[in-house]
Amino acid sequence: MSTTRPIATTRSATGIPTGKLAVWWVIGSEIVIFGGLLASYIMHRLGHPEWAEYASHTNTWFGGANTFVLLTSSLFAVLAHHAAEHGDGKKAAKWLLGTCAGGLVFLCIKAVEWTGEIQHGYTITANGFWHFYYTAAGLHALHVIAGCIIMLIIARDAWKGKELQRVELIGIYWHFVDIIWIFLFPLLYIAK
Amino acid sequence: MAEHQDHADDHGQAFYVKIWAILLVLLILSILGPIVAPHMAFGFLEAWMITMMTAFGIAVVKAYLVAANFMHLNVEKKYISYLLATMLMLMLLFFAGTAPDVMEHKGQNWENVAAEAEIERALEAQGAADAHGEHAEGHEDAAH
Repeated sequence: MSTTRPIATTRSATGIPTGKLAVWWVIGSEIVIFGGLLASYIMHRLGHPEWAEYASHTNTWFGGANTFVLLTSSLFAVLAHHAAEHGDGKKAAKWLLGTCAGGLVFLCIKAVEWTGEIQHGYTITANGFWHFYYTAAGLHALHVIAGCIIMLIIARDAWKGKELQRVELIGIYWHFVDIIWIFLFPLLYIAK
Repeated sequence: MAEHQDHADDHGQAFYVKIWAILLVLLILSILGPIVAPHMAFGFLEAWMITMMTAFGIAVVKAYLVAANFMHLNVEKKYISYLLATMLMLMLLFFAGTAPDVMEHKGQNWENVAAEAEIERALEAQGAADAHGEHAEGHEDAAH
């Protein structure tokens, strides 16, 4: 079996490692996906004065708690990167598990929040505001789930001291998911 | 040498914790914004303007802190910043191209009858619900 790596993982015209460059391009396309969704929400919100009343039913404390959880998980992700840069795979894996736990807490809070809202009749079909609310927060939650799964795979390798450069890559993705929430929070919970 | 390395590690970790602490302070400010805004409004500065500044102004600062320090954009090659800026410009182009048709419900040669009817229906329903709420409150007061 050949020990040389495929050319795509080492070749670079930009001076940026290929894996990292690929993650940045993923983020570039995600900006357009989430940006389009959020821009649509903003223009509808500004064009529909009746949405202010609908928005007043979201719970700022749930949103605030989830922002705290994601910011903290981002700290864990950057500490994992820091450990990986120093060649400490076991420590990096532990921080990644902490980040993943943050993602799970985030999803649990969201589940409790959504259950309450649905029980009060604020379902995805209630009106335009709730369409956007569940679509934007739901798409974000799917990114959290995907991030957690990938993070567990990378943590398993990092624990064995393998592919430590990937710790930074999942970190970049996770911080981006955090930034999306940083904008969703004022849009859905603060601007009422 | 090892001692020096350990010291550098602590310094790096302390820096990230400091950024996280600043992010938490900003989070608290953004939550407090709408609560204190009505008390801070004066002159042309209305409460909603203060809420918008504390909500979205702080969101931009938080996003910058995460991107620059956690994603290391401040030391990343400029290529990445240009890539992200291009995507943001595309988003603004999309917004500018479609916003007038969504935010307005009437133009020189067109009218969005469905949107106008929905706004009217919803505002009337909300007004009726408010009036009903006040009416019910009045009854409660009378009962006491």
